[in-house]
Amino acid sequence: MKKAEYKKIVKRHTPKEERLKNSIIAFIVGGFLGVIGHFLLELYSAAFNVSSASASALMIVTLIFLGCLLTGLGFFDEWVHFSKAGLFIPITGFAHAMMSATLEYKKEGMVTGIGANMFKLAGSVIIFGVVSAFTFCLIRVTLGCFI
Amino acid sequence: MIYLNAFLFCGFICLIGQIILDNTKLTAGHITTMFVVIGALLDSMSIYDRFILWAGGGAMVPITSFGHLLSHAAMASYNDNGMIGLLSGLFDLTATGITSAIIISFFMSLIFKPNN
Repeated sequence: MKKAEYKKIVKRHTPKEERLKNSIIAFIVGGFLGVIGHFLLELYSAAFNVSSASASALMIVTLIFLGCLLTGLGFFDEWVHFSKAGLFIPITGFAHAMMSATLEYKKEGMVTGIGANMFKLAGSVIIFGVVSAFTFCLIRVTLGCFI
Repeated sequence: MIYLNAFLFCGFICLIGQIILDNTKLTAGHITTMFVVIGALLDSMSIYDRFILWAGGGAMVPITSFGHLLSHAAMASYNDNGMIGLLSGLFDLTATGITSAIIISFFMSLIFKPNN
């Protein structure tokens, strides 16, 4: 069998994902989370009379808390399966990644389980974030010296 | 009006993520990592602050905001303390998110049990 024919057969048998439907769901769910984020931001800055930086930090803490709580209760996995990028691109995805890794390795004990594996999924976000932020800032600073 | 902007901005970022997820073999981990790097890049060119002015909280919710906060804190600390500020101040703004995520997920893991 030639390679091209084989590829055709593989293509015919791979399940067709409903890309349009997935995209629309991700757009709506993600947008809705953005609206919740802005609503919380305005609520906190009005209710507690704090600066916008503190209000945004509180908003992020609230979303992380909700993400962890819903993952712990067991709803979040189904929701992520349903809306995919709509939930893992916002900060709730970060909370979900940490919480599910922590729960998964809980049975291996406190230190070797929870302690060692908490950042198993979310660690790449922090590591690449730090490396790229440092590199880009260094480039900007060096360019700023010459220009 | 800013609520509409927040909806459009956050939804658009998730839409890009979903399109990448559907059409390539990259996993969710690859995409979130990529978006953090993009956020850091956009902030080092001072573009991301305009998104926040335009979309408010909608621009702070996606994971790109994490990269933005890392870069933003590093640049602010550089302006105050010079070269060593890049290292000492990198986590200034993201510390809230990381610390709260660690503490919350630790204590919640003591309460909840994994479901399959």
